[in-house]
Amino acid sequence: MQATSVLRETLVTGGKTVADVSHDISRQVEGKPTRLWWMAFGVAFVLLLWGAYCCWMLLWNGIGMWGLNKTVGWAWDITNFVWWVGIGHAGTLISAILLLFRQRWRMSINRAAEAMTIFAVICAASFPAFHMGRLWLGFYWALPLPNAFGSLWVNFNSPLLWDVFAISTYFSVSLIFWYMGLIPDFAVIRDRAVVMGNKTRASIYNALSFGWDGAAKTWSRYETVALILAGLSTPLVLSVHTIVSMDFATSIVPGWHTTIFPPYFVAGAIFSGFAMVLTLLLVTRKVFHLEEYITIYHVELMNIVIIITGSIVGVAYITEFFIAWYGQVPAEQYAFINRATGPYWWAYWSMMTCNVISPQLFWVKKIRTNLVATFVLSIIVNIGMWFERFVIIVTSLHRDYLPSSWTMFHPTMYDIGEYLFTFGIFFCAFLLFAKFFPVINMAEVKSIIKSTSEKKKAVH
Amino acid sequence: MTHKENFLVGIFDDEDVLLHAVENIRDKGVKIKEVFSPFPVHGLDDALGYKRSRLPIAAFLFGMTGTTLGLFTQIWMLGYDWPMIIGGKNYASIPPFIPVTFEFTVLLSAFGMVGTFLIVSDMKPYKWPRQYDIRSTNDKHVMAIDLGANKISKDEIQRILKDNGASEVNEKSF
Repeated sequence: MQATSVLRETLVTGGKTVADVSHDISRQVEGKPTRLWWMAFGVAFVLLLWGAYCCWMLLWNGIGMWGLNKTVGWAWDITNFVWWVGIGHAGTLISAILLLFRQRWRMSINRAAEAMTIFAVICAASFPAFHMGRLWLGFYWALPLPNAFGSLWVNFNSPLLWDVFAISTYFSVSLIFWYMGLIPDFAVIRDRAVVMGNKTRASIYNALSFGWDGAAKTWSRYETVALILAGLSTPLVLSVHTIVSMDFATSIVPGWHTTIFPPYFVAGAIFSGFAMVLTLLLVTRKVFHLEEYITIYHVELMNIVIIITGSIVGVAYITEFFIAWYGQVPAEQYAFINRATGPYWWAYWSMMTCNVISPQLFWVKKIRTNLVATFVLSIIVNIGMWFERFVIIVTSLHRDYLPSSWTMFHPTMYDIGEYLFTFGIFFCAFLLFAKFFPVINMAEVKSIIKSTSEKKKAVH
Repeated sequence: MTHKENFLVGIFDDEDVLLHAVENIRDKGVKIKEVFSPFPVHGLDDALGYKRSRLPIAAFLFGMTGTTLGLFTQIWMLGYDWPMIIGGKNYASIPPFIPVTFEFTVLLSAFGMVGTFLIVSDMKPYKWPRQYDIRSTNDKHVMAIDLGANKISKDEIQRILKDNGASEVNEKSF
């Protein structure tokens, strides 16, 4: 018999049985979309269309449509890129690192978090792709393919190229990790469709499940694959934002050229990723009535991760400032004083308030177990993390070495348009996922029902 | 008409009952064809006497292929095919090649292992699995016993299954 500590928190409330799990989660896939779903999808689709128009104008006329200038050559595009990649860190962190640490609370949230990761990485990748100007040549320029430039190859010494490999590997490995998790759950929906007599749905979900049979032998192999994928994804997830930070850290621009960047970026990525997971899941659990699967306890644990990573980010901000002073390089000192007191002071202080001060509120148990407070703070954290990237990128660039080149950056409607475009992609994709795919990993939750549901506990 | 395979199908409601049943039934000399579960039951593969999967070896070999391929691609392209001085470093300097080599390793290892898994488990989109009981993906553990492969009589196996906690015993032919 399995021994369970009485101290272990209940992960699934409401006295659920294994059959209830199948029913509660599959029901969302089988039913017609609700009016609320259509409204949300409508809004996301309008954003997508508006953004598509802006992107079309951008492709037709070139990236001069953006507000970039000679001094500030990177602004919203790379800010949004780093912001989305950062958000894309939570999913694989939850499913890979928490799997290795045997954290069972990940089981109700990993599916949605991984889906979010995949969509966020797609959004992120669109920015460097558009920044290349000629989108259709992007693959040709970024991948080591035989080409017509003599046989001049891509520059493997450049962190920008490392980024291409890191992001595409991260995307593909996260995708198969996520899909592997979905396979047994697709089979659940297939078999329910067979029972209901819906042949079309049964064949679609059978194809999606690759003819899953649930045999002990298959499960044994499946668990081995999941464990190794987790082992591979753990260094991968840490490498991605490390490499993104090297885009900046290997340059010689004051404010970028620092060795603290990799850990600082990774902590920031997890921080923003968990905030976005909370934003999405708090809405998803309400809309799909999953309060018994995603409980206050789950929310509280995620908020604790936010306190930790938020504090690491805060310490990194202060360390950067200290090192700038202590290093005695005037250009570096100026870059930091300018961040806090120069023309972009409002961005800097927005970042400090949202990222350093606001997550500290979660030390209070009442706040971190309050859903409304969590929802509001999760959005504040994401605003703060956007400002962090904006501060790092734009304030470091806008004061060039020659004062005659000093300038400001003003976004145009095309900067804003492409940002909205990625929101359109992200929410459309997430809503489609939430409608057609099971939002909670049924097989994993079923495996812990016996040891963690309230009813069984009461019996013991 | 082809020869029909006849099975006895034992249905179990609880994973712990199932685990004990598998051990007892195997001790009695009954050969179990396979057990189908809605979720992974830890220890079931040992109870059934399955060997550990060799997929980690596949993952390692694919990973090593990735490492080699990644490193040699970069050294060949920038070191031999079109040598260029970048940042005053050697043509083929190893440290900047590490990130891409790492990504190649992870990519090939992950895809190679998942591909191997699909092949060895004979999983493909156009295949319908043989289903002994449709509830095996919902909440029941389903034990299939091939009557053709067992010398013990059907009634005896039926009794053993019932004694070991099977909530139902059905017959199924394919």
